[in-house]
Amino acid sequence: MDIPRHWRLKKQRYALMGEVCGHCDAKLFPPRDICPECGEEAKTLFQFSGRGEVYSHTTVYDPPQGYESQAPYTLAMVKLEEGPLVTAQLTDLGEQEAEIGMPVEMVTRLLRSATDERGLLVYGYKFRPAVAG
Amino acid sequence: MRDVVIAGIGQTPVAEHWEISLRELAFQAMEAALDDAAGLRPSALYVGNMLSASLSHQAHLGTLLADFAGFTSIEAAAIEAAGASGAMALRIGAMAVASGQVDAVMVLGVEKLSDQVTGEVEAALAMGTDTDYEAEQGMTGTAQAAMLAQRYLHEFEVPEHALGGFPLTAHANGANNPNAMFQRAVKPEAYAKAGMVSAPLNMFDIAPNADGAAAVLLTRPDLLPPKFAHPLVEITGSSAVTDTLALHDRPDPLAFNAARLSIERACADAGIMPGDADFFELFDAFSIYTALSMEAAGFAERGKGWELAQNGFIQLDGEMPIATLGGLKARGFPGGAAGVYQTVEAALQLRGQAGKGQIAGAKTALVQSLGGPASTAVTHVLTRLDEKS
Repeated sequence: MDIPRHWRLKKQRYALMGEVCGHCDAKLFPPRDICPECGEEAKTLFQFSGRGEVYSHTTVYDPPQGYESQAPYTLAMVKLEEGPLVTAQLTDLGEQEAEIGMPVEMVTRLLRSATDERGLLVYGYKFRPAVAG
Repeated sequence: MRDVVIAGIGQTPVAEHWEISLRELAFQAMEAALDDAAGLRPSALYVGNMLSASLSHQAHLGTLLADFAGFTSIEAAAIEAAGASGAMALRIGAMAVASGQVDAVMVLGVEKLSDQVTGEVEAALAMGTDTDYEAEQGMTGTAQAAMLAQRYLHEFEVPEHALGGFPLTAHANGANNPNAMFQRAVKPEAYAKAGMVSAPLNMFDIAPNADGAAAVLLTRPDLLPPKFAHPLVEITGSSAVTDTLALHDRPDPLAFNAARLSIERACADAGIMPGDADFFELFDAFSIYTALSMEAAGFAERGKGWELAQNGFIQLDGEMPIATLGGLKARGFPGGAAGVYQTVEAALQLRGQAGKGQIAGAKTALVQSLGGPASTAVTHVLTRLDEKS
């Protein structure tokens, strides 16, 4: 069931809450307690804007268990405008093809379906093509 | 590394072994290695395995397999480092022998990936990524490789089908390996027409999941009789290096830094340069990994690794043959056992027992296994003992 694990990640999943390093100002997502840039402690919360662009992408046709209902789905690494790369699905693409460099923005969507009648529905961030303006 | 030799090797065919259990598969490989080592008995067993707890509902593999093999009262444990599990077990075994704590170690790699349906296997393999931030988004090992390939093609303006030369070479070499899952060459036209699995990777860019077990028996050369049944292979260099677990946490995902560092450190340990090796058993789980691993090892400049698939460099008679008995692509990918298979195949080459796939006069091998997209990299240098000065 993993309820505590998903509950602990709610700030990250719903609000892209990461950290900013108080020593070198690096923005970190996901949060980690040691800044990879300068090696100092980083524990100050920082909310990302949710805007970025596609660094790379692929389409998954052979999904892992729990993701069958979404397949085929487009997965991407998104370069957030504050710096970090984040792994997430692209959504609301319509007729658009995913492209490297495409501007995208964060939205909240269903990540994973229940694998049995007592399973969890997991929600979290995906990215859609940036709405103009 | 000092005074550690491979006294025995064993392997099962790599296949979908519906009729053979995990323990039976493991025992077949260990029995073959014991026979090959002329009766040498291990005092420790290190098992490289990735997913038995989730796919076979069996943990505590060290004790199970020592018990099943009749190695009464010996030391045993399982080692897990995703796809590099087998190679990491080899390193731990070699360090145990080199330390003098243990006289003879059985290093076993075993994996059973075909007992469960594809979705469960993909989900289990995805546990080797950062579960909270990769797998939970629907990421898989194949998707990681596909995104690396997509970015690589984009950044370096690589021609279409350019990575195809790697799997074609692996399949041509697999034809010489009676233990390989696929023993047939593949034509370039078949590659070009193959169905897409995770764009831009097609089915030939991806090594097939399978079952298998391989074993090597390590000891010190002074514990063996002077006239041994076969040539000995010495582990002259060894290194294990980690990178960020998640691909997205790297400033430059296309640089396989752990692969580069582990090659450098293993070669320094052995006192050689990478180019001194006669062949390179690398981790071709995906065609893009081959390109990035060749670049990391210094055999090609950044962004140029794909060219090695075009110019004969990697073929059996080329400057640096790879996947000489089929690699992961044609021999098959038995998860945590892969690194031990690579070692067994390298030992066959160095002993002059590789059959039609033999590289004439091979004396030194580079063997590298990766966990994830080089999140772990383990490299060994193997040297034919009678050729060492």
